[in-house]
Parts: sequence; C-alpha cells; structure tokens
Amino acid sequence: MTEVSVAKEDVAATGELVVLKSVNKHFGALHVLQDIDLTIARGEVVVVIGPSGSGKSTLCRTINRLETIDTGSITIDGKPLPQEGKELARLRADVGMVFQSFNLFAHKTVLENVMLGQIKVRKADKKQAEEKARALLDRVGVATQADKYPAQLSGGQQQRVAIARALAMDPKVMLFDEPTSALDPEMINEVLEVMQQLARDGMTMIVVTHEMGFARSAANRVVFMADGRIVEEAAPDQFFSNPRSDRAKDFLSKILHH
Amino acid sequence: MFDFLEGYDVLGAFWMTVKLTALSAVGSLIWGTLLAAMRVSPVPLMRGFGTAYVNIVRNIPLTVIIVFASLGLADIFGVTMGAADNFDVQGFRLAVLGFVVYTASFVCEAIRSGINTVPLGQAEAARAIGLNFSQTLRLIVLPQAFRSVIGPLANVLIALTKNTTVAAAIGVAEAAALMKTMIENEAQTLAIGAVFALGFVVLTLPTGLLLGWLAKRLAVKR
Repeated sequence: MTEVSVAKEDVAATGELVVLKSVNKHFGALHVLQDIDLTIARGEVVVVIGPSGSGKSTLCRTINRLETIDTGSITIDGKPLPQEGKELARLRADVGMVFQSFNLFAHKTVLENVMLGQIKVRKADKKQAEEKARALLDRVGVATQADKYPAQLSGGQQQRVAIARALAMDPKVMLFDEPTSALDPEMINEVLEVMQQLARDGMTMIVVTHEMGFARSAANRVVFMADGRIVEEAAPDQFFSNPRSDRAKDFLSKILHH
Repeated sequence: MFDFLEGYDVLGAFWMTVKLTALSAVGSLIWGTLLAAMRVSPVPLMRGFGTAYVNIVRNIPLTVIIVFASLGLADIFGVTMGAADNFDVQGFRLAVLGFVVYTASFVCEAIRSGINTVPLGQAEAARAIGLNFSQTLRLIVLPQAFRSVIGPLANVLIALTKNTTVAAAIGVAEAAALMKTMIENEAQTLAIGAVFALGFVVLTLPTGLLLGWLAKRLAVKR
C-alpha cells in the first residue's frame, strides 16, 4: 500500500461539508461521545482511529443518524440533520455508509443490491440503474460476480459490493465504519485499494479504521479518539511520527512496535 | 365395503373444507403480516394495538370466536357479510372471518419471530441508502423474514385446516359436519371416522411436505 500516495495538496477545501458541534451521547451511564467538535471539508479524507470503546464507530454512525445524539448539532452541507421521516431518508441517501459486517441484502443478487437504492430512492429507471450498477461493480472489480448472491462471495468481494452500493446513490460523503475489520488479512488490501482510489477521485470520506497504512497514505487528517473524546487531530505524517498527547503515544506504541 | 358412503357428498364436504381453509389462509396471512408490521413499527399506538390484539385473540378458544361470529355478530349486530337471506353463504363468510381473526394472531407471531432472525444490519443498511420504514420492511426485512418462517407458517396452515372443523358448530357444511350426520345415520362409526381422518391427512400431509421443500429451497444463505 505504501507506494500509493495521494496528492493531498491537490485537495482543495471548498467549504465545510460535515460539521459536528459539541455533540454528546450517552449509552445509559456511559458517556460515549463527549463534546465532539469536528469539521470535515469537501473532498477531505479523515481517518478516525483509537482504542476500541473510544466511541469512534458511534461517532461515525451519528453522522447519518443511525445513532441519535443527546445534545449538540450535526450539519451536512449546511443543513442540520433532520428528525426521523422523509427528510432523514433523503439525507441518508446522500451519505454513503459502509459497515464492518458488509450488510449486503442477503436475499438479493449483487446486481440487485446495487440497483435497489437507485430505483426505490432515486427513482431511476431500471435500465439506467442496471448500467450504472454494472459500471460501479466493474470499478470495484467484481463485475463478474453480478448475478451471484452475497453469501457466495468472499468477504473482500462483499465489502467492495457494499462500497459500490453506497456509491450508486452518488453520495456527498462516504462513511466507513471499520470496513476491513471483519476481513481475512489477504482480503484487506483489495478493499483498501478501492478506498484509496475513491480518495484520489476526491470523495469526501470519514473512515474509522485500524489500518494505519491507509491512514498514512490516504488521509488528509487523522483524528485520534479515546474515552469518547477527540484527543488529537493532525496530519498523518505529524501524528504518526510525532504525536503530541500521551494517550496517542501510548496507543501508537502498542500497535506499531511489532 | 364402502357402501355406507353412498348418498353422502363426502367430496363436496371436503371441498367446503378446502375453500374455508384457502380463503382463511389468504386472509390471515395478509392480516397477520399487517399485525406483525404494527408490532415492529416505531409508532407506540400501533405496537400497543398489535400486542393487545395478539394476546387477547390467541387466548380465546376458537369455538367461542366462531360461535360469536354467528350468534353475536350476525344475530345481535346484524353483520350478515352481504348475505342476509342466504344462511349458508352467511355462515361460510362469518366462519372465514372468525378463522382469519383467530389465525392471524398466530401468523403474526410466526412472522415476528422471522423478523427477529433478520440481522439488524440488514435494516440499517436499508435505512443507510435512504429507504424509509415501510420500504425497509417491505423490500428487505419481510422477504427475508417470510423465508425463515415457512416451516412455522406451514404448522399454522395445518392447524387452520383442522380448525375449520369448528365451522360445523355454526352449520357450515364442511367435512366434520357431514361426519357427524353420517355417524348419526350409519352403523360403521369406526370406518366413517377413518375415512374423515384420512381425508384430513390427505389434505395436510402434502401441504407440510411442499412447504418444507419450499422452506429449504428459499432459505436465505448468510
């Protein structure tokens, strides 16, 4: 992965796309998100890392309201996140999401998975939807699997289909919630390569991951979370070579030294 | 040897059983699915209604429901199901209504358990691409839920087939009603019993086998 380097300087920050302001959330007594302030610019690739239980997945899921927040505000492209209902559904269509466990629709073929949202949400006609779906499947390298069911695919293939499914909605921003954590080691790269390509194409991405290589090579910014707080935010080079906080130093020393 | 069958329309009676079963099955599948949708809906009022309905209806004996449909609905409240002057048709329709009301509560619970077998991530992924609650339920959750409960639904259907004998209590001329008449008129009680028992097995056994085969064929692989 190291030879793939993204031209980070070329990414022009053309305004704020996702803005979180003093977001708080509790799971019962557990304060999972504590005063989170985070701004993501259009075209920016932000990688969120941190120990498990630090709230990074929850943070990711609040951005399309799969998790509700207690206080604070989240705006996407200038609009505050709507309550449940039609408005929320419309917003979710603009925010692509890729899950740790793929979550492909198990009773539909790969092609149908990628077509469904286009037809039912974007009201595209069937022929256009199929063309676009096939093009996207080709782009993520699983065009030959179009007529199979998800269970017949490897994990890496399933996750690439999931990325194609999200891309089919022409999202403004893509959320990745530990996209490679459920994969066998030899399949991680094929998914990361697709994500690298997306980053190069200028997609705005928020990526929760444990893949430090991806963070180094594709991120514009690394956000380090621990115990529900954003502890440190920095450019990847700076973060990995010279972390400021003790918590980040401790975390990096545990994962980078073997 | 089977001359005791002469003069009786056994096939006609079983045909009535089949008609009762088929109509009630379709009705209770639809109503039961709606009830299940209510029980998982985000609207508290609907959830409350679904839960109350199921818990009340499935605990009332079927005979009470069927007899009430005839004596209560029809005689007291004048619900004649569009057949006020034809007692046979009215009885048949009221019986179907009663079976649908009763069986739907079991269908609802079977489907609800099926919904619980669909991983939460399926609904999350559906919502994440912008599907609303009803689309998520109709396009993603229910199709998978149905496939996982074909077996339990087959049980409900078999129970329904046999339950239709209760319609004899309000004078619907189905198999059990004819059996009662024949036992009163003929000497071969055992043989008559055997014929009707066999008749029901002939109806229900293929149902179970066919749906069992379907359940395997349509199972969602994960």
